[in-house]
Amino acid sequence: MSVETANSATFEEMERVNRQIARRHKINSFIRYILLFIVGIIMLYPLIWLIGASFKTNSEIFSNPGFWPQNPTVSGYVKGWQTSTPYTFGHFFWNTFLILIPKTIGTCISAALVAYGFARFEFPGKRFFFSMLVATLLLPNVVTRIPQYLLFRDLGWLDTFLPLWVPSAFAQDAFFTFMLVQFLRGIPRDMEEAARVDGANTLQTLWYIVTPLLAPALISVALFQFMWTMNDFLGPLIYLSSVDKFPVSLALKLSIDTTEAFDWNQILAMSVLAITPALVVFFMAQKYFIEGISTGGVKG
Amino acid sequence: MAHLQLKKLVKKYPNGFEAVHGIDLDVKDGEFMVLVGPSGCAKSTTLRMIAGLESVTAGEIRIGERVVNTLVPGRRGIAMVFQNYALYPHMKVRKNLSFGLRLAGRPKDEIEAATKEVAEILEIEALLDRLPKELSGGQAQRVALGRALIKKPEVFLFDEPLSNLDAKLRASMRVRITDLHRRLKEEGRPATVIYVTHDQTEAMTMGDRICVMKEGHIMQVADPVTLYDKPENAFVAGFIGTPEMNLMNAQLSIAGSHTLKIGNQTISLADELASRIKASADDSEVILGIRPQHFHLAPEGTADTLSGEVTALEFMGHEVYLHVNVEGNSLIAVIPGEEYDPTNVRGSKVCLKVNESRAHVFDRESGKNISFT
Repeated sequence: MSVETANSATFEEMERVNRQIARRHKINSFIRYILLFIVGIIMLYPLIWLIGASFKTNSEIFSNPGFWPQNPTVSGYVKGWQTSTPYTFGHFFWNTFLILIPKTIGTCISAALVAYGFARFEFPGKRFFFSMLVATLLLPNVVTRIPQYLLFRDLGWLDTFLPLWVPSAFAQDAFFTFMLVQFLRGIPRDMEEAARVDGANTLQTLWYIVTPLLAPALISVALFQFMWTMNDFLGPLIYLSSVDKFPVSLALKLSIDTTEAFDWNQILAMSVLAITPALVVFFMAQKYFIEGISTGGVKG
Repeated sequence: MAHLQLKKLVKKYPNGFEAVHGIDLDVKDGEFMVLVGPSGCAKSTTLRMIAGLESVTAGEIRIGERVVNTLVPGRRGIAMVFQNYALYPHMKVRKNLSFGLRLAGRPKDEIEAATKEVAEILEIEALLDRLPKELSGGQAQRVALGRALIKKPEVFLFDEPLSNLDAKLRASMRVRITDLHRRLKEEGRPATVIYVTHDQTEAMTMGDRICVMKEGHIMQVADPVTLYDKPENAFVAGFIGTPEMNLMNAQLSIAGSHTLKIGNQTISLADELASRIKASADDSEVILGIRPQHFHLAPEGTADTLSGEVTALEFMGHEVYLHVNVEGNSLIAVIPGEEYDPTNVRGSKVCLKVNESRAHVFDRESGKNISFT
């Protein structure tokens, strides 16, 4: 066999192997994507069904298991919005935001302040206090419900929004403080020292230098708090007794309680509306959310 | 500008570790003082104490006529350039430069004029609207320098500012900083500078005076020439100079003629060196220090030479580094390229003649130089 023929045979063999690898890669990818698609559909199906069912009539919800409505109607939304109370659903949304906005802002400010203290300053008992903070992470919420209720009752805060957001404005949510402490530990101190040499005091350093660096983590904190507050049912149930102060989560339950025959399409329609703000905010801030919860996101 | 004084300065950490042991240092108005030493010698700790970023355990820091021990960094009249630039990543260069002035509440037009002036001096006008992540290492370093310069401080503090740059850029920044210091002096606003580095080339080329530190103590403060020619102790002698000074254990005899015995080899000392040595006892244990440049190759059999075997050769172009084993001591001799004999290869025997007028003798116990006063 001449050298040229040998070379050409080797080349063909290489081509064949390359083609084989490419084909195997394609098949692998195809299987992977199909699998992901199926699992994704299984996980998203309840949500898709919820949206579809909110456009069905009450009778169709139970007769048609599919998610696509045969006779689409928005009556669920229209009637659901009116509610069986003197207030529209808009009123309950407004109540939710009256809790949500101060709670989210308060959490961001207080958690950042406390985390900055733990991450950057030495003070007597720091280790003890930090371990106490971490310990409260492990404590089930239900354990503190009764003492908290008694405290807020004595303060005269029952049937107001205060018990629902004031604790968070004093960094009561240990998870957020812990998350920010971990994030801060990943940020070099040089910039803060440079700011101090530039004449900034502690609060100015926090505001002008640390907060912008903490932005991804703070966005995550705000998002978490937003979603958890939107979904919080137990807190409002315990502390609020007047219907005019109910947030969305209680209002949804209200529509189940007050009618004998449930109008499921109305409940589902309002459920869709109730989860919409959290979904919209999540998708808008998705990039920062992921950056924030994975610590050490600052480039040097 | 102002002079800076450290008096019996001590730094002790809560765990009991004492990093700085009561050092005294006087930096004159407009002087470029370099703190140099190996890692862990507390040069950065000292600088951070001057800046106010570390608390002072005992002693006094004076800037001008003020004791600044308890003042916050912003009120000390200092500006600092950090090792990794420490630019504020979310602010553009313009805001980075003017941050200190804005905090001080200076008028807008004054801030703009100062920013423009500094940008011109450092040739960073084109970078003013960029974010730090869009700058190269050298550009970021110039911005960091500008941030210090814009404040017109009494004392400039530099904490290893060039160590993150490549060798070429480091050399050009070295020149730029010394030029800037000279220029400020010529313009009638001399800058007092404290510059920390572990690189002795930086120290020797930039400093008016150099403070060599070791384990929280000052070993010597002197101008570069004195430091090189008359090191006060074996540590300074070994630290300053490239390649470093050859230090070997020897026995000094002063009975009759002065001789130094290194292993089995003895060299008689010329009158010049003998007269310089301040030794009281005969047969005292000493360290002989000879810079690699102060050896000459001598023909075999020449009296008062050190003979040994070449263990390695490094051709540097204009000179050759000969690594020679003399009585178990690994010495380096730098031979000018034109004097190098190509027959001296690895394994060959050579005789090294010592330039005695440049030789040093140190007391082995205290490390002090007993051949210079």
